[in-house]
Amino acid sequence: MSETKVRKMLFILSKATIENAYAAFVMANGARMEGIESEIFFTFFGLEAIQKKKLEHLHVATVGNPAMHMPTMLGALPGVEALATKMMKKEMEKLDMPPVGEFLEILSDSGCKLWGCKLAIDMFHLEREDLIDELDGILTIGDFYNRADKEGTHLLFI
Amino acid sequence: MKKMIEQREIEVNEEGYLLDFSQWDKEIGEKLAEEQNIILTDKHWEVIEYLQDKHRKEEALSIRGIKKSGVINIKEFYSLFPGGPLKKSTLIAGIPKPKSCI
Repeated sequence: MSETKVRKMLFILSKATIENAYAAFVMANGARMEGIESEIFFTFFGLEAIQKKKLEHLHVATVGNPAMHMPTMLGALPGVEALATKMMKKEMEKLDMPPVGEFLEILSDSGCKLWGCKLAIDMFHLEREDLIDELDGILTIGDFYNRADKEGTHLLFI
Repeated sequence: MKKMIEQREIEVNEEGYLLDFSQWDKEIGEKLAEEQNIILTDKHWEVIEYLQDKHRKEEALSIRGIKKSGVINIKEFYSLFPGGPLKKSTLIAGIPKPKSCI
């Protein structure tokens, strides 16, 4: 088997749209499945993905997303974003993609570390109990950089 | 590619996965596991049987499927087959490497 030089993947998730959250989750899980360490740092709007009350309500962006092939005005109409989100979730279910909460459980069980950003948590006035139980802790960005402790570590901002 | 295991000639691909499941038996499985530095326990065999059963039914394998399998949980799965559990366990089980990204 060919040996990858990547040893550890660190992700910063700063957005709360479904497509961004899943990009981070699929890559972090894919790393673990290849025997590569992975960790995710949730900051700013990315924190929505680890808030118990919000994580199952993430949406796909229909405005400002040219790949939706939909006029911006239309994307802004009430209900359009919800419909697009529903359609996307249905397609993901067909591919056996887990919902956000279950995906986070899988990641945590797989040994992917999940971290909250201290600054953003303070800014949004969040408490530890607002966040998922699987969270490994709350870190500053400096602490997170210190997680890049070996050769072959890569850091990705999403 | 041909590979000698236990004085038998086995057809494998470039990553070492068996091309013909009918060439697999427990001895071969043990040797393949040894090459991955894994000593097979009863729990390993239980997982291998589950994977082979899914393969026979032509059902896709995924980590989510493992979670729902009732055979093993994800944490145990990672500790039994360290360094890429699904790719290592399928290699030992003599079935193709799963193509799924999840």
